[in-house]
Amino acid sequence: MAVIRDMIPAFELFQPTSAEGAIELLIRYGEDCWVLGGGLDSFDWWKERIKRPTAVVDLVNVDELKGVRVTADGVEIGAMTTLTEVATHPELLANYSVLTDAASQIATPQIRNRGTIAGNLVQDTRCWYYRGGWPCYRAGGNTCYASAPTAMNREHAILGTSRCVAVSPSDSAPALIALDAQFVIQGSRGERVVDAEDFFMRPSVDIERMTRLKPGELLTATHIPSTWAGATFYYEKVEDRKAWDFALMTVASAMRINGGVIEDLRMAVNGAAPFPICLEDSERVLRGQAPSEEIGLRAGEVAIRDAQPLRHNDYKIPLMRSLVRRAIRGMEA
Amino acid sequence: MLRPLRWAIFFKGPQPLLGALLVQGSVERLITLNVNGQQRRVDVMKQETLAFTLRYKLGLTGTKLGCDRAACGACTVLIDGVNSYSCSVLTHTVRGKEITTIEGLEEPDGTLHPVQQAVLDEGGFQCAFCAPGFIMSMVAMVEANPNPTREEAAQALSGNLCRCADYDKILTFAMRAAEYSSPLDLHV
Repeated sequence: MAVIRDMIPAFELFQPTSAEGAIELLIRYGEDCWVLGGGLDSFDWWKERIKRPTAVVDLVNVDELKGVRVTADGVEIGAMTTLTEVATHPELLANYSVLTDAASQIATPQIRNRGTIAGNLVQDTRCWYYRGGWPCYRAGGNTCYASAPTAMNREHAILGTSRCVAVSPSDSAPALIALDAQFVIQGSRGERVVDAEDFFMRPSVDIERMTRLKPGELLTATHIPSTWAGATFYYEKVEDRKAWDFALMTVASAMRINGGVIEDLRMAVNGAAPFPICLEDSERVLRGQAPSEEIGLRAGEVAIRDAQPLRHNDYKIPLMRSLVRRAIRGMEA
Repeated sequence: MLRPLRWAIFFKGPQPLLGALLVQGSVERLITLNVNGQQRRVDVMKQETLAFTLRYKLGLTGTKLGCDRAACGACTVLIDGVNSYSCSVLTHTVRGKEITTIEGLEEPDGTLHPVQQAVLDEGGFQCAFCAPGFIMSMVAMVEANPNPTREEAAQALSGNLCRCADYDKILTFAMRAAEYSSPLDLHV
């Protein structure tokens, strides 16, 4: 467990009042700079002295990044909006409840009160070998400790691995993928918009980064289109404890059912791969079908087709199949 | 260690504009914190957590440090009325915000906060190391939801651990606290 040391090593602290000012600082300090949102991911790294930024940019005073705005074609959530605000926002509760379900089950009330939506999306993996400062692939080394024959890997990935077998810890990510959300990334050369499902980095592309954010860039907002407003949603988080735990696996889906048939749907799972995965093959199986236990099971079988368990996580294969099935069954009405 | 650039400025004589540019946006160490209704002037390091400042600079040792990793809840305080882990927020981040610790709950005349009274009346905690954190979460709970069910109270207190595992009694405190705090129930 954590060793309590006296103090976080010193750094220079900046509290800019605009996103532009923050990006300027990120560029000036480069690789040694750290963006501080709610801090629930950051403090662990600093206290364990595994990451030692020389400059920290605290976004607490950047008001333009805070709050939920209802727009003409959906909802825009500022990066610094707390998870509690997301979980209790009336418009999100009314029309995008898959996200409020996800946000309200993250960690604890205290963490949701300070933790931000962007922080939940860009947080680093919880693989304890990596978190413990072991020089693994993700940390720039040349091995994966979690997939060694004697490794403890009950929480690790069954899909999408490439050298690294850690999983993405974000609970809001699958919900936002199911909602076809887009993320706004601001950098020195302006803004770019990335689809939620493309935002998360595959270890086969860049093993040291969890997202497509580059140094000097800021995730400023999440845009949820009205495509799925008021749709039929399903969200389920499987965790070892009823609170305060990272998910073993989560499933999120958005569905349009018309005349007893699934007209269209989006389904995403997290906790299965190093990035939240969009179940496109399962979606294809389900589209145009009447929701039932059988078709749900078939979609589940398709979802786990390429799954490869490690020594201690084979339970995740039936778990994933069941979660896909559970997202479909009971939707007949 | 001073960087060569700063020395260059020093030798070139006073250049206030350039000096200001170099530290643009950087925070001052000497700040004023609003703690328990008092303005407290305090010298805070950039990397200092609120729990550290409260305990070791302001002498408010009622706030406990258990894990120092947002994983136990012993350090829970209210920041603008919202319960937060003081081990996992920089003191500089809460500048200008109202901070309430366990020491700030009772009235100036010594009258206990309804939540504190409820804990006393129900017999108190076991070892009580977790008590300040739990009590702060209960204060936030009765503010947000004055009439919780036992299940809702359990949700509201799910960010605090009790290693004596006396959760059932703690939920009884919470229900009693809600009863004492809710004006609706005063004359029932």
